[in-house]
Amino acid sequence: MINLNWYPVWRRNFLVWKKLAIPSLLGNLADPMLYMLGLGYGLGGLLQAVDGVPYLNFLAAGTLAYSVMNSATFETLYSAFSRMHVQKTWEAILNTPLTLKDVLLGELFWATSKSQLSAVAIMLVIWTLGLYDNFGMSLALLPVALLTGFCFAGMGLAINAVSPNYDFFLYYFTLAITPMILLGGVFYPPSALPAWLADIAAWLPLTHAIELARPLVLGRMPADVVLHGMALIAYGVVGFSAALALTKRRLLK
Amino acid sequence: MTSPLKLAGLSKSYAGVRVVDGLDLELEPGRCHGLLGPNGAGKTTTLRLALGLISADTGTVDLLGYPMPAEAALARRKVGVVPQIDSLDPDFTVRENLLTYGRYFGMKGREIEARIPYLLEFSGLAGKADAPINNLSGGMKRRLTLARALVNDPDLIFLDEPTTGLDPQARHLIWQGLRRLIGQGKTLLLTTHFMDEAERLCDVISVLDQGRVIVRGSPRELIKQHIEPHVVEIYGDAMAEWKTCASTFCRRCEEAGETLFCYTDTPERVVEELENQPGLRYLHRPANLEDVFLKLTGRDLRD
Repeated sequence: MINLNWYPVWRRNFLVWKKLAIPSLLGNLADPMLYMLGLGYGLGGLLQAVDGVPYLNFLAAGTLAYSVMNSATFETLYSAFSRMHVQKTWEAILNTPLTLKDVLLGELFWATSKSQLSAVAIMLVIWTLGLYDNFGMSLALLPVALLTGFCFAGMGLAINAVSPNYDFFLYYFTLAITPMILLGGVFYPPSALPAWLADIAAWLPLTHAIELARPLVLGRMPADVVLHGMALIAYGVVGFSAALALTKRRLLK
Repeated sequence: MTSPLKLAGLSKSYAGVRVVDGLDLELEPGRCHGLLGPNGAGKTTTLRLALGLISADTGTVDLLGYPMPAEAALARRKVGVVPQIDSLDPDFTVRENLLTYGRYFGMKGREIEARIPYLLEFSGLAGKADAPINNLSGGMKRRLTLARALVNDPDLIFLDEPTTGLDPQARHLIWQGLRRLIGQGKTLLLTTHFMDEAERLCDVISVLDQGRVIVRGSPRELIKQHIEPHVVEIYGDAMAEWKTCASTFCRRCEEAGETLFCYTDTPERVVEELENQPGLRYLHRPANLEDVFLKLTGRDLRD
């Protein structure tokens, strides 16, 4: 059952974030922008049009999706781990009427919310530099970013639940996040991959996010909207359910 | 009045080891209860079961009239917890910590704000409302943790080793606060390794060993029932030779490392003899709860 019990947990994270907002904004937002502009102009200068558009325009959707992914992932790994394991914030909350589900929902929605900042920052660049084709369609990037943030927040919480320490997260980055960035279509269309690799890449959550985001930037209606949207939700829900069961085993045994 | 916490026939095993083993415990309202026991006796597991954080293998938990863990969320609205490990929010000030914690109880911001001056005064932190947590001393942090546990005006307060690691001044301040709470009619359940703390604060003490309550009573009753009234501790090189002699004067002698503990009703004879033994140092004192505790749970380390 969903109620609003998670909100005080969300609010706690928001209040902490507000205190540290400026440095956190810089780290979260400047990085993907630099990548996009650096690669877009630098590499883009050497390339012919990709998928029929300048490389920077092509890169915009991928950057949006992967910066949302990164933001939600970092928040649910490193930050949530600090709260759970180092500061014992979750244990303090569990002594109140709130349940572990409330805590994890608060974290899930918080990480999703925070990742939307990355999306908005990239969209501002897209709008400012005119990298979009149809403004109305570019607005549809917002719900795509929301689903993407939800998806990776849910998965991140599951990884957090089984992590013995911060170093463990490197496995997730090396084995899941980095392959997704390289195969999910951020830097080149999946059609550039060998067919067997493209088939695997099609299953990755980041691929689903980019399949939705890229056409929207380029002013086209994405194909298989329901499929990609449901895939993102499914990855998020499965991740969150695993997180709930695994964190329960970790903290409440 | 009904009991704020009733544990009946409680058992909990981990990997085949019965950490809590048929435990019964019933708290009286408005009293301070001590839960004593060596490491691994099941104190922390008992508290977690009582709070409904974990479920028992067998037995029942009734917290403020609610069956646990089924109605944990309801029961915990009127429960305060001072955990063993510091869990204050390091990114927040004193006030923000209280405000945020109160919201977990569903309290409105204004409602919590109205309570903050009292909580700060109670914990001796008046004027520290806007201090960051990292500027507080260890004692202040513990007092804030206590204030945080009172944000929802609880009827029953769990305190898991509330003064561990504090200097004497800070411990006394915490004790003052706890006495004030008892005076207000709150029920306290306290675990501690400091026997003097339990003796000072608790009306009723339950000693836990191997997952069950082995004795229960007021500190004075326990001392009277389980131990001779006087203790003479003897130290020194000649202690070994003097051992047989001591046992003729005392009802019970126990050797622990370099020290001989002599328990007796009539200490005068031993003390007189000891005055004539230049190779020995001694300490004569009334028996205390620690003597009872060591007698009942043994002197062996439990780690």
